Formats: sequence, C-alpha cells, structure tokens
Amino acid sequence: MAFFIEILIGGLMAGMLYALVGLGFVLIFKASGVFNFAQGAMVLLAALAMARFAEWIPQFLGLQSKVLANVLAFGLAMAMMFVLAWLIERLVLRYLVNQDGATLLLATLGIASFLEGMGQSIFGSSVYKIRIGMPKDPLFLFNSTFEGGIMVNQEDLIAAVIAAVLVTLLALFFQKTTSGRALRAVADDHMAAQSVGIPLNRMWVIVWCVAGVVATVTGMIWGSKLGVQFSLGTIALRALPVVILGGLTSIPGAIVGGLIIGVGEKMSEVYLGPIIGSGIEIWFAYVLALVFLLFRPQGLFGEKIIDRI
Amino acid sequence: MSRPIGDVILDVSHISLSFGGVKALTDISFDVRKHEIRSIIGPNGAGKSSLLNCINGIYAPQQGSILFRGQEFTRRSSRQIAAMGIARTFQNLALFKGMSVIDNIMTGRNLKVRSNLFQQAVWLGPASREEVRHRRFVEEIIDFLEIQSYRKTPVGQLPYGLQKRVDLGRALAMEPQMVLLDEPMAGMSIEEKHDMSRFILDVNDEFGTTMVLIEHDMSIVMDISDRVVVLDYGKKIGDGAPAEVRSNQEVIDAYLGSSQ
Repeated sequence: MAFFIEILIGGLMAGMLYALVGLGFVLIFKASGVFNFAQGAMVLLAALAMARFAEWIPQFLGLQSKVLANVLAFGLAMAMMFVLAWLIERLVLRYLVNQDGATLLLATLGIASFLEGMGQSIFGSSVYKIRIGMPKDPLFLFNSTFEGGIMVNQEDLIAAVIAAVLVTLLALFFQKTTSGRALRAVADDHMAAQSVGIPLNRMWVIVWCVAGVVATVTGMIWGSKLGVQFSLGTIALRALPVVILGGLTSIPGAIVGGLIIGVGEKMSEVYLGPIIGSGIEIWFAYVLALVFLLFRPQGLFGEKIIDRI
Repeated sequence: MSRPIGDVILDVSHISLSFGGVKALTDISFDVRKHEIRSIIGPNGAGKSSLLNCINGIYAPQQGSILFRGQEFTRRSSRQIAAMGIARTFQNLALFKGMSVIDNIMTGRNLKVRSNLFQQAVWLGPASREEVRHRRFVEEIIDFLEIQSYRKTPVGQLPYGLQKRVDLGRALAMEPQMVLLDEPMAGMSIEEKHDMSRFILDVNDEFGTTMVLIEHDMSIVMDISDRVVVLDYGKKIGDGAPAEVRSNQEVIDAYLGSSQ
C-alpha cells in the first residue's frame, strides 16, 4: 500500500510539471487559435536566460547573495520573455491576422527555430545549471501509518507546489479579471470582440506574455531538475500528449491531462513493466494520446473542433 | 408619438462602396437623429449589411463621408468606433459561446474599465471596486432584458431568441450613444419578434439610445420605426416616415416586383 501511494504521489508530482508545459500550449491556443510550436523553444530560452543571468549578475554587480542573484535573474528572464512577446506580435502575428491555422502554425515553427538559434548564440550552447537551492534529499512522510513511511522527493514536491500555485493564479486571472474575460472573448470571436472595443493586438501581446511567464517558470523548474541544455526544448513534445488528452481549449484539461500522464507513466512502468518489459515510461504518453486521437479527438474537456492540426 | 427627437447625430453623405467590380452601395445619403429609431430595409442583397458595416468601420466606403456627432470617421477601426459610442449586434450572432451570459455582457464594459492589467492581476482595490460597479450595471441590464434566470448559463446553450437578447445586452453594456442592430428579428418566432420589438422600444424610451436597425421583414419595422430608409440594389429608393414609405411606388415595386 505504501509503495502504491509512493508511486501515485511521484506520478502526480511529475504530472504537475507536464501540466505546466501543456498549459503554455492551451493558453495561446485558447486566445488566438494558434498552436504554438515555439512553446518548447520559449522554455529553453527562458531557462538559458535564467541560468546565465544568475552567473553573470554576481560577476557584474559583485553580488554575494545567491538568492538575490537568482531573483534578479528570474526577473530579467521574465522581462526578456515580455519583450519577446511584444516582438512576436509586432513582427509576426500582426501580419497574419485572419490567416489559416496552418499558416500560423508554420509561423510558430519558424519562431521556434529562430529562438533556439538565438538563445544558444547569446547564452551559449553548453550544459548549464540553475541552482535555486532546491533540496535534493527525499522526505519520509506518514511514518506512523506505514512502516518506513512514504518517500517523497522534496524537489519534485516543491516544483509541484509552485506549478499548482501558478495554475491557480492563472485560472483566477482568466476567470475573474476584466483582461482575462477579454482574452476569453477574443478566443471565442475576433470580430465581436473588436466591436465591443477589445483591442486584439494588445490581447495577443498579453497572452504571449502569460505564455512567457509559464515558460519561465517551467524553464526554471525543469532546468533545475534536468540541467539547461538544448534538449530542454523537446519537453514540449512530452507535453503534446497532455494537451491531446485534456483538450486543446481547456485549462483544467491541461492539468488533469498532465496528472493522468504523470501517474500513468509511473504506474505502467512499475506494474506493467515486469510483464511486457520496461521502458514503458518513454512511450506510454504517446500511446495514450494515440488512443484519444482515435476515439475522442477533442480530448477530455476540449470543445469539438473539426479542424485538424 | 411625442418623443424628444433631437439633432442629427449620424450623417451619412454620398457613400459608395464596391468590391472589385461589384457595386454594393451607390451614393447613399441619410441621417439619423438623436433618440430616433431608424430602420434600413430592403430585399435580400440590397446592401443593408454593407451599409451597416460601413457605419461600424468594418468596410471603408471608397467615396463619401460619415459623420458621427460631428466627427468624421470614414476610416476608423471597429474598436475606435466602439470608443466613439457606437455599439452593434450581429445578424448571425457573434456571442462568446463558451462564456456565461454575465461574462458576455461584461465584455461590453471593456472600454469603461480604467484599472490596468497589473492592478487586475493582483486584484488590487481599484480593480475589484471597479469590477463590482460594472457588475451592478450589468445586473441592471440583465433585469431589464428579463434574462435573470440564465445569468450563469453558457450562451451557446440558450435558445436563439434569448441569445439575441444577450447580444443586445452586450451592446447596451457599452452605454452607447447609438446601437446598430443587424436583423435583430431574423429567424425568430412571432412571440420572440414581439418581445424583441418591445425591448427595442423600451431601450429607446428609457435610455434615450438612438437605434439604427436593419430589417428584412417590413411589418414590424413599420410599427416601431420613426423613419425608414429603403435600399434596393445598393441604391436608396425611399426615405421617410413609415406611412410615406409604404405608399412609395418604387418601394412597392421593389418588394412586390414591378409590373413592367
């Protein structure tokens, strides 16, 4: 029993991190109908920026405090993502209003390779570390109930809490504020949104900024877990099954999808692994996504869309 | 009807619009007075929607000018026009389907929102106070349109007639000087049509909002309008009080087919 709970918790925490990446996709898709292939590149860029700024700032300013350096680096990385959001709207999306979904998708592919190249030429292409002082030792909980307690990875736990807080804040922002409402309106109908005086261009900048925030937080967490390197950009691929499962248009869907995949991966590895061979973790998510594409292409919570991506 | 019809607030003069070689509108002029219910009627393809889209800034006419309260706006975006105080409803309903009735109408308050993104994001005092104030206003509109029991329902699930009401509500939430109604009664049952015309009259009466409506169906329009413009093949063929228009030979021909 204790073992089962341990796996469940591990899976849920990993799932929260997948959900975070999935969320980046959903946000932009909801507000602009663009499937943003550059989300992974944005995560990579933000993580690179964070890692390098954290190195450069102490050298530059002669700071001693590591915490302060990390906070500054985080802030700078975030600011960079905001500038990027503005530039993307200004230089790319503005000219593609009312274009086909496929056109926009290809534009984001272009943005992705540009960002990957630019990120590495500015910040370097070696492996960097983000040291935000995540505790690495495991924690043992419920010692009294179960023998030996339940082992929980502290780093994952903190990451999951950060992700949960971010998701909650975003949900509140979208549901409760005027700008959030305007963003949902834009997502629903561009023309009607303009007729009630919602500025389309500004809304797009805001949504890319929000995606930038998500990318920065994701980059920080994944970067500190796995190290910052080129392959970080590919975690976006791992989030694809998450959004297929949850539905491209649903924020709760991204979260539930992430959790299901996180738990599913771990469970199948542990319980099915001995029977059909290990390594299930690697392909589990994609097979699940495939099943969903066959039987419920709109995902668990998504709206039925006839378009294909 | 002794209603306080005021000065001209919308002055459309000599506008022409064509798409490539197709002339949608030819030299159309008319005006709308404050507090008036003004209708634009005509058979299908007469150019009614094109005309409305010109007033709403979706199309820019190649010739002529449009003045709203003395301000020229032949070339402005829909958003700027919304800011000038012109709201509209849509023929084919362009509501935000996934959002609740309240949220839909609240979007109409967008231009009135003063708090900035940062204040909203952290839910600071001014932002939340403002939200409460707007919400109160929206509740009044909801009461007025008698859709209290649907306020939390996603608009996509409401029957057509009610969706049309929400569309009107969203336009009213902008506190506009003038509302453009694009076929507000198209596809409605008789009762729904009567409800809608009652709302149009009530809005006009209580808020003094000037209404410009496009309609296909003559009967109801003739009852509620102060003055009517008749279009046919992109040209104006009649303009005046309903009684005058009704007896205009050209209008009769356009609607019933001429005898020649």
